[in-house]
Amino acid sequence: MSALSGLLAEFESASELVAAAKTTHRSGYNDIEAYSPFPVHGLGEAIGFTKNRVPLVVLIGGIVGACTGYGLQYWVSAITYPINIGGRPLNSWPSFVIITFELTVLFAGLSAVAGMLALNDLPRPHHPVFNVKQFERASQDRFFLCVFAADPKFDAAETRRFLEALKPISIADVPDE
Amino acid sequence: MSTDYAIALAEEDREIPVLEPGHDMASITAKISDIVLERPLSIGWVAGVMFCSAIVLMLGTAVTYLFFKGTGIWGINIPVGWGFAIVNFVWWIGIGHAGTLISAILHLLRQSWRNSINRFAEAMTLFAVMCAGLFPLIHTGRPWLAYWMFPIPNTMAYWPQFRSPLLWDVFAVSTYGTISLVFWYTGLIPDLATLRDRASNKYIRMIYGALAMGWRGEARHWERYESAYLLLAGLSTPLVLSVHTVVSFDFAISIMPGWHTTVFPPYFVAGAIYSGFAMVLILCIPVRAVYNLKDMITLRHLENAAKVMLATGLIVAYGYILEIYMAWYAGPKSIDWFTVHNRFFGPYAGPYWALWICNIITPQVLWIKSVRRSPFWLFIISLVVLVGMWLERFVIIILSLHRDFVPSSWGMYYPTKWDWMTYIGTLGLFVTMIFLFCRVLPVISIFEIRMLLPESHVHPVGAHPVDAKHAGAPQLEGKH
Repeated sequence: MSALSGLLAEFESASELVAAAKTTHRSGYNDIEAYSPFPVHGLGEAIGFTKNRVPLVVLIGGIVGACTGYGLQYWVSAITYPINIGGRPLNSWPSFVIITFELTVLFAGLSAVAGMLALNDLPRPHHPVFNVKQFERASQDRFFLCVFAADPKFDAAETRRFLEALKPISIADVPDE
Repeated sequence: MSTDYAIALAEEDREIPVLEPGHDMASITAKISDIVLERPLSIGWVAGVMFCSAIVLMLGTAVTYLFFKGTGIWGINIPVGWGFAIVNFVWWIGIGHAGTLISAILHLLRQSWRNSINRFAEAMTLFAVMCAGLFPLIHTGRPWLAYWMFPIPNTMAYWPQFRSPLLWDVFAVSTYGTISLVFWYTGLIPDLATLRDRASNKYIRMIYGALAMGWRGEARHWERYESAYLLLAGLSTPLVLSVHTVVSFDFAISIMPGWHTTVFPPYFVAGAIYSGFAMVLILCIPVRAVYNLKDMITLRHLENAAKVMLATGLIVAYGYILEIYMAWYAGPKSIDWFTVHNRFFGPYAGPYWALWICNIITPQVLWIKSVRRSPFWLFIISLVVLVGMWLERFVIIILSLHRDFVPSSWGMYYPTKWDWMTYIGTLGLFVTMIFLFCRVLPVISIFEIRMLLPESHVHPVGAHPVDAKHAGAPQLEGKH
């Protein structure tokens, strides 16, 4: 058994988890995380997560895509491979709208997925919480709250007492590998 | 009026729930994941895969011979240079549209009933786009030169023509395929984690674990996940509308009689959704029976899909009638008048009138509620609609090309056995992919079904016990 990485409390329902997470966060614990088998409304706020940068990443991806789409067509059609068809303008922008749109969507969509995964620090095959046996139900029907040992307020005995007051089903030590 | 009759009427009007009562989180998780993890191989599945794989082999034979001999083995020739390949391309890509509509547009509209069928419909989209993409590729006759369609620097120092709708199509279809794939995969990640955590076999656990990429269901993860998913839905919505619009530009921007019309984009999109929902029903009805999922894919889903079919079918009917009206408005000396006359009484009048029967007349029985709630009849009507939508593309493509402005250039088109083998082959490929999908991935989105449960809604602890009424899920009646 190696060093303690945190304490993991198990709850029966989403409502209990949100209440427990709020209490824990208000009590001054900052390095905490909540786990649920589906997105729970208000849980991110309860653990103090407010900076969601995914929309910004998608916006940047979309702008880059639009510039790439139009830039590619302009460069090909007007600069490097100009074809004069009946004296029509080389930069015939109405014809370029569709591919510009398609590349905007393509870049924005791919950056939504890639950005979400990167900001979530995924793929990551190993994590200390996976060492706890009952954690496999976090993806099925149970709700967990973890207080990490890295938190300055963390004290193995003190934090365990604090979590017990929240009436979880169980509390487990999260071993560090 | 007798009481029995009144009760029967009340039963008829009963709102069918999206999720039948009696489920909790554990039972939903177990039921859907056990189809993949616990259910033994059945003889029906093995026989089905063997039969469909044999059809895929036939596709392989047809395509190999095509690459060996060239497109001359098909029925195409001048004046009909776009035969089955383009008919089938448009048909398949249209079928894909319903999947994106269900997963993206209905998500934005907060239609919670979509949660049970979106996974399935998105898989259908992917496989349909695969089948669709095959046709333009082999229609080139020289698929090893397909990269000519992409803007890649090359030794011939040429670039593609960005003013051509055919090139727009390359970008639209490839973007659509890519975005459909990542949208589907993103939706799968939390469920792959569930399969990882439930798998008892070490190697199966490793495979699902690798695919789930270490998903832990953290609150921070879910927040980013939900905004990424919402944004993908928002991006897919105009994308899906653009794809069939661009396909219709392939026709509408040319000057062929019967093609050169502004009604094409909306009418193509409506037709795409029409045929797509027909395919959703054809797949859903057997799957919910075989895997005993009638409590999650309820008659409510089938009825809603039937309503969408009815609505889009009427838009398609409007398109057909408008074509006739425009010909009448242009007058008896116009080429449009001739095109309509040729459709009504020409050598291909049979397919044209069959199209009216399949697409416009038959689906009108969907106005009857008991038909909309009958899986058997919905299955039959959906088959008829799919045939009708295929005929629509046949009529648009073949009938316009075979007789245009100059009678000396008229001709007839007859598909050969290679045309049929390729078309039926892609049907086999599609069904094979569906069989494999049902076996290795959860056919219903598990985490989104969990969200349909009343206990998934947060309420102040201690204020109320778990209670469907306070949890705000009115569609889940009968939970008590």
